[in-house]
Amino acid sequence: MGKLWKLFLSTFYLSAFTFGGGYVIISLMKTKFVDEMHWMEEEEMLNYTAMAQSAPGAVAVNASILVGYRIAGFAGAVVAIIGTILPPLIIISVIFFFYEAFRSNLIVSAVLKGMQSGVAAVIADVVLNLSSTIVKNKDSISVIIMILAFVATFVLGVNVMVIIAACATIGIVREGLAVSRKEAAHELTGTL
Amino acid sequence: MSLLELFKAFFQIGMFSFGGGMAAIPLVQEGIVAQRGWLTMTQFTDLITIAEMTPGPIAVNSATFVGMQLYGLPGALVATAGCILPSIILVSLLAVAYTKYKEIFWIKGALNGLRPAVVALIASAGVTILFLAVFGTSEIFSGLGTINIIGLLLFVVGLFVLRKWKVSPIQTMMLCGLFGGVFYSVL
Repeated sequence: MGKLWKLFLSTFYLSAFTFGGGYVIISLMKTKFVDEMHWMEEEEMLNYTAMAQSAPGAVAVNASILVGYRIAGFAGAVVAIIGTILPPLIIISVIFFFYEAFRSNLIVSAVLKGMQSGVAAVIADVVLNLSSTIVKNKDSISVIIMILAFVATFVLGVNVMVIIAACATIGIVREGLAVSRKEAAHELTGTL
Repeated sequence: MSLLELFKAFFQIGMFSFGGGMAAIPLVQEGIVAQRGWLTMTQFTDLITIAEMTPGPIAVNSATFVGMQLYGLPGALVATAGCILPSIILVSLLAVAYTKYKEIFWIKGALNGLRPAVVALIASAGVTILFLAVFGTSEIFSGLGTINIIGLLLFVVGLFVLRKWKVSPIQTMMLCGLFGGVFYSVL
């Protein structure tokens, strides 16, 4: 019960601050669940992000299901998803009634404009941490994938699904080659 | 037009929006504005503006807004449920499969290949938001004319307190909002 309640509070809190799209909540989840609570490893969080991005639907909702399931099984997934969708549900319902006033309020838009810089800083911080892990692993192909994927999505505007499919394929081919190389080495030592 | 129709419309949006939040925009435009006429084009643009200014996925935001408009709170709940149900079913299956089969070589390989790509996707989203904050546009090749000094300063200070003093992300965002509120309205 303690864990589920904590999970609900965390997802609710994170979701309430996810200004600017799904990747913001991924950055917040990483800081909360990996660095602060130690509920999972950084690598797992990246695996979940990849899966959340590949499945249909909102990245934030998908990621919360995966993280919730990892932490507390199906009950965890249910709790995490409720925590994630309640803030936008409440906020939009309220805004629905006050939209005109909300949109034309100068202070509200000034605060939101300031938060945009804060969101960019949060993502930059997480990206610096994650990319330094990838670089430190000294696997040059991973580093190249990272750079090419960035250029493809940001500069060339390639569709995200194409990038996902390409990188997954590269990964499968590499792993397949590594496995067959290992088997070949096994056979070699076996015959000696 | 009924609650069931509302559910169905957003179930389809949830089912076919591959590739993150922005992917939902054309689906809402097609399914809700053009086909069913539940929103006018002006309301729809307003909705994207709200979705950008508030937390939460654009599909969930649209579902809540359209549901409220048609049937009030029950409508909002039904539409939201419809839009997240495909995720719940498919991603739960993924979660179970992942725990069971993560050592199978092609799943392991695919995830190994995807991890660096995911970092790049997060970076790209971050740079887009940074450009919006600093240059007022996310179009990198067309006119990065004016630099918004306040936006740039808030970003630099935000990044500094995050990395140097380990201030929590949400506190950093709120601080930037607070200072933004003061500076942008005074200057």
